Amino acid sequence: MIRLIEVHKSFGPQKVLDGLNLEIERGKTTVIIGRSGGGKSVLLKHVIGLLKPDSGQVLIDGVDITKLNDRELNEIRKKFGMLFQEAALFDSMTVGENVAFPLREHTKMKEDEIRDTVAERLRVVGLKGVETKMPSELSGGMRKRVGLARAIALRPQIVLFDEPTTGLDPVMTEAVNQLIMDTQRSFDLTCVVISHDVQSIFRIGQKIAMLHEGRIIACGTPDVIETSDNPVIRQFLAGSIEGPIKIM
Amino acid sequence: MKNFITALDLLGKTMMRGMEEAGSIAVLFVSVVAWSVRPPFRLKDIVKQMEFVGVRSIFLVVLTGTFIGMVMALQGYHGFRMFGAESLVGSTVALGMTRELGPVITALMITGRCGSAMAAELGTMRVTEQIDALYVMAANPVKHLIVPRMIAAIIMVPMLTVVSDFVGIVGGYFVGVHLLHINSGVFMANITKLVDLNDIYNGLVKAAVFGLILSLIGCYKGFNTKGGAEGVGRATTESVVLSSVAILVSDYFLTALMF
Repeated sequence: MIRLIEVHKSFGPQKVLDGLNLEIERGKTTVIIGRSGGGKSVLLKHVIGLLKPDSGQVLIDGVDITKLNDRELNEIRKKFGMLFQEAALFDSMTVGENVAFPLREHTKMKEDEIRDTVAERLRVVGLKGVETKMPSELSGGMRKRVGLARAIALRPQIVLFDEPTTGLDPVMTEAVNQLIMDTQRSFDLTCVVISHDVQSIFRIGQKIAMLHEGRIIACGTPDVIETSDNPVIRQFLAGSIEGPIKIM
Repeated sequence: MKNFITALDLLGKTMMRGMEEAGSIAVLFVSVVAWSVRPPFRLKDIVKQMEFVGVRSIFLVVLTGTFIGMVMALQGYHGFRMFGAESLVGSTVALGMTRELGPVITALMITGRCGSAMAAELGTMRVTEQIDALYVMAANPVKHLIVPRMIAAIIMVPMLTVVSDFVGIVGGYFVGVHLLHINSGVFMANITKLVDLNDIYNGLVKAAVFGLILSLIGCYKGFNTKGGAEGVGRATTESVVLSSVAILVSDYFLTALMF
């Protein structure tokens, strides 16, 4: 469903992706792990066409999105939802307007249908009666949940999560993890999550891929990753300073 | 010799950067034109921006316009008195306001108040990934964010200029007639005799161009913000400086073309 083939990307002299290959399976949650600043967000932005690779292919359902024009790319993007790290809610709009935005943009729904769908999506993420609130009035955890409600508004096939639990307390972290799993199951989603929160990785990941120095160095089920003897993975999971991952 | 080459290198780089930026602004402008004629037309967004640029700036424009008219009358009076031509104060104020100061002062005020806000708002949206969110939702940010702001500025800056022209002349009348005791009939007669409708129209065309410049530059700077809070601050400052310079420079060329 999603395949990245030999993807290279540099920013100036800095190589971020260096011949990366990755296959993401349909209907599963794949977690991409790796150190901060290691190119995880860059990888995610390639999947949805926010960044174009210097070379290589990004295939979504067999279509190479690196060769599409804006209009064709927008058609592909309708298959996606994305939850940004800080939720990226439009702060000039209410919560209700935020969730309604993709519906107003891409459907011909009537206002009462939109209202019902917004309420339903907010209920899915465990929020009720917050439609008229502004994003600035919400806590970090609530903002993320509204972000998820907006991401699933159009019932996408794929949802991308950019560090969904970063900056949340342990209780809220667990709540968001549970929500990702529930949403994935009930909407039969393909989820791609980037994270460096070791507990969450094993909680939600059905497949885990480790990004290191611009390449995927290992990809497998949580059991495979947990028992891997690759020194990079061992160091990352143990959180130790000594090892092949250099601290700059 | 080495210093000379370094200086030359710096000059070249600055020139290249300037040319590159001018090119990017031109590309953005073309994209705005293309998106502004493509339905659906988001009237609600345009009206919201018109309220922000226009309605909420009226007090500022009235205040600055009045004082500009007043000081022109004062300065004109002292100058014209030297050769007994005080009666020309009214027409000088009216011509100065309609042709030049009305559009320019209004545009500079709106640059400070709204151009900067456009840069700051779009810049914040950029650094908090709200613009990326628009792309992800297959919504074009130029259509959603820049088109309404530019249309609003192109319509509202001329409207505010009408207000500024009017209060400037009223301010000039107050100073000329009530404080400096110029005959009110002479003051008004000279205005109607020497000010042509074309002076007003051309001033308004200028104002529309200034509205385009300040909104285009404000949106461009905000849209291309890099970095966090510091980047937003830099974008805001640069938008005000660049817009003000562009308004004053284009004013000269527009005047040379029109009058």
